[in-house]
Amino acid sequence: MERVSTVLAIRGLTVEYPVRAGILNSRRHRAVNAVDLSIQAGQTVALVGESGSGKTSVARAIVGLAPLSAGSIEVNGQALDRHGNARLRQVRRTVQMVFQQPGGSLDPRMSVSQTIAEPLQYLTKMPANAMRTRVSELLELVGLGEQHRGRRPRELSGGQRQRVAIARAIAISPSLVICDEPTSSLDVSVQAQIINLLSRLQQELHLAYLFISHDLGVVRQIAEVTAVMHLGEIVETGPTDRVLDSPRHEYTRSLLAAVPAVDRDAATSDPAVDRDGASGDDPSLA
Amino acid sequence: MVLVLEARGLRVEVGPSHSRRDVVRDVSVLLYSGEITALVGETGSGKTMTALSLLRLLPPGATGKSSTLRLGDVDLAALPEAEIGRIRGSRISMIFQDPLAALNPVRSVGFQISEPLRAHRRMNGRDATKRAAELLAQVGIPDPVYNVKRYPHELSGGMRQRVLIAAALACDPDILIADEPTTALDVTVQAQILRLVRAETERRGLAVLLVTHDLAVASTIADRIQVMYGGTIVERGKTRDVLGGPNHPYTRGLLDSVPTVRKKLTPLRAIPGSPEGVAAIQRGCRFAPRCAHAIERCAAVEPPLVEVAPGHESRCWVFAPPKDVASAPESS
Repeated sequence: MERVSTVLAIRGLTVEYPVRAGILNSRRHRAVNAVDLSIQAGQTVALVGESGSGKTSVARAIVGLAPLSAGSIEVNGQALDRHGNARLRQVRRTVQMVFQQPGGSLDPRMSVSQTIAEPLQYLTKMPANAMRTRVSELLELVGLGEQHRGRRPRELSGGQRQRVAIARAIAISPSLVICDEPTSSLDVSVQAQIINLLSRLQQELHLAYLFISHDLGVVRQIAEVTAVMHLGEIVETGPTDRVLDSPRHEYTRSLLAAVPAVDRDAATSDPAVDRDGASGDDPSLA
Repeated sequence: MVLVLEARGLRVEVGPSHSRRDVVRDVSVLLYSGEITALVGETGSGKTMTALSLLRLLPPGATGKSSTLRLGDVDLAALPEAEIGRIRGSRISMIFQDPLAALNPVRSVGFQISEPLRAHRRMNGRDATKRAAELLAQVGIPDPVYNVKRYPHELSGGMRQRVLIAAALACDPDILIADEPTTALDVTVQAQILRLVRAETERRGLAVLLVTHDLAVASTIADRIQVMYGGTIVERGKTRDVLGGPNHPYTRGLLDSVPTVRKKLTPLRAIPGSPEGVAAIQRGCRFAPRCAHAIERCAAVEPPLVEVAPGHESRCWVFAPPKDVASAPESS
C-alpha cells in the first residue's frame, strides 16, 4: 500500500464569482488569487483572515461548492476535477466539513443517530447493526452518550450540536476535516471543550484539519501551521509560533496588534486601544 | 466621578403566570460619569435583560422590578411610559450588536442620526442634517457632508456601527448602553470602535454600560467589571482587581478557558457543562453543577455577594464566605 503523507495540495488556486452587471458586461470578482497551500496527514493548518479575505472560498473550492477558475487541488495525491459537482463526489469520502452554525448545518427533523449515520448510509455498505455500533462509538468519541441518540437538534445545547456535527464529519474516517469557524458561535466556556475535543480526535484518529478562523487565540491553541489571508491572497505562512511571535508581513502585524487580550496583572489598558499602529483598514474607507 | 445611574435590586421575571421564573435577580448597576462598566456573561446570564430593564425596554412577557432605579434625581421606575420615552435616546442611549438590523435600510444615514434631534430637541430638518454631519466627523467618518447622504447598505460594518454611535450621542446623553457593540466586527475594526467608545467616554464624561461575552474586550476598555452567571452577579470590582485576582470559580474558569494569542495552553482548561439550560436551576448557586469546588451547601442556598477586598465582591460559599455565616440570608 502506498503511503501518502500529503493530504491536501493546492497550487495556484483562484476563485472568481460572476458579478451581475448586465448582459454585455460580465465582470468577475476574484475572491481567491493564486493560493498555494498544503496539509500533511495528522496536521492542522489554520487559515486566518478577516471577513472578505477569501478564507471560506478556499474551503468551499476544495469541496466543490465554489468555482475553480485556475489552479489545481490534490487530495491524497489524486487531482480533483475542475467541475464542481464531480469534485464534490470525489472528495466526500475523504474530506468532510464542520461549519460555524451547528444549528444551521443539522437537519432539525433528524435525530442525533440519524444525523451521524447518514454519511455511513450513503457512502459505505455497512450493515444496519454495524452502523448502530459505529454510531455508539462515535457518540462516545465526541463525548456524548446513548441518551442523546434520539434527540433532535433543538433539544441540544450549542456545544452538543457542534459535537454531533463533528461526529458526523468523522463517521466515514476522512483524511481531512475542514473546520470553518467551528467555535465562533459558542460560549467561551464551551469553546474550550470543543477545541480540546478536536485536538484529542486528531491524536486518536490521525486527522488533518484545515482550520478556518478569525480568532488568533484559538489558532495559537490548535494549529501547527498558520496561513494569513488578506484580500484573496496568502500574505504570510509558516509555523504558528513563528507567524504569531515574529510576524513579517505588515497585515499580520496589524491583525495581531488589534487582538484584545485579557491583561491579568496589569492595571493599564491594552495596547489594542492605545497604540496608534493598531488601526486596521476599514475596507469601505479606501 | 459622579454617580449617574443607580439601579438596585433589579429583578426580571418571564414565563406563564402559573410558573414565573426569574432570569435576573438581586442585580445592581451603578454607573459613574467618565467610566465604563462592563457586564460580562455568557448565554442565559441575564446581561442583556439587565441592560434592557434599565431602560424599561423589556420584551413582552418579561416584567421588571427594582428597589431603586434612579437617573440623577429622576426616579425612572415611577415615570409614566410617555415620560420614559423622552429619556430614551436623549439622556440614555443604546447601541446594539448588529448595526445593520438597527438601521433603517430606506433612510439615509443623516436622517437616522438626526432623528433623535428632531424628536427630542425639535430641531428643524436643515439644522439637524448639518448637526448629523458634525457628529459623523466626530465618530471618525471621513467626508461627512457626502456620507450623511449615503444609505446603510453602502457602508461597511464598522462604519455602520460608527453611524449608530453618532445617533446615540446626538442628544448628548448621560448614559450609553452598548450591547455587544463589536461582536459582529472584524478585530481591526473592533479595536477602532473600542477606541472610539473610550475616547467619547472621557471627552463627554459619559457613563457607559458595556454588555459583552468577551472578557478580553472588557479588560481592554472597562474601568469596572461585573461578571454575571445564571441571572445574577457572581463577582464584581475594578477591572484590575477582578482580572488580576479573580475570586469566583466561574471567573477563574472563564479566564483559564479563553485561548490567548500570546501563548499556547495545553490542554485548555475548559469548564465542564454548558451555560445553556441554567434557567432550569431555580435554587442555590447556579454555577454549582459546573463547579469543581462545590460543597453541599452550594446547591441548596445561593450565597450572598461578599466583599473580599475593598470594592471587590464575590458570591461564593467556598471562596467568599460571609463573615457571619449564621446570619446569611436564605435564598428566595
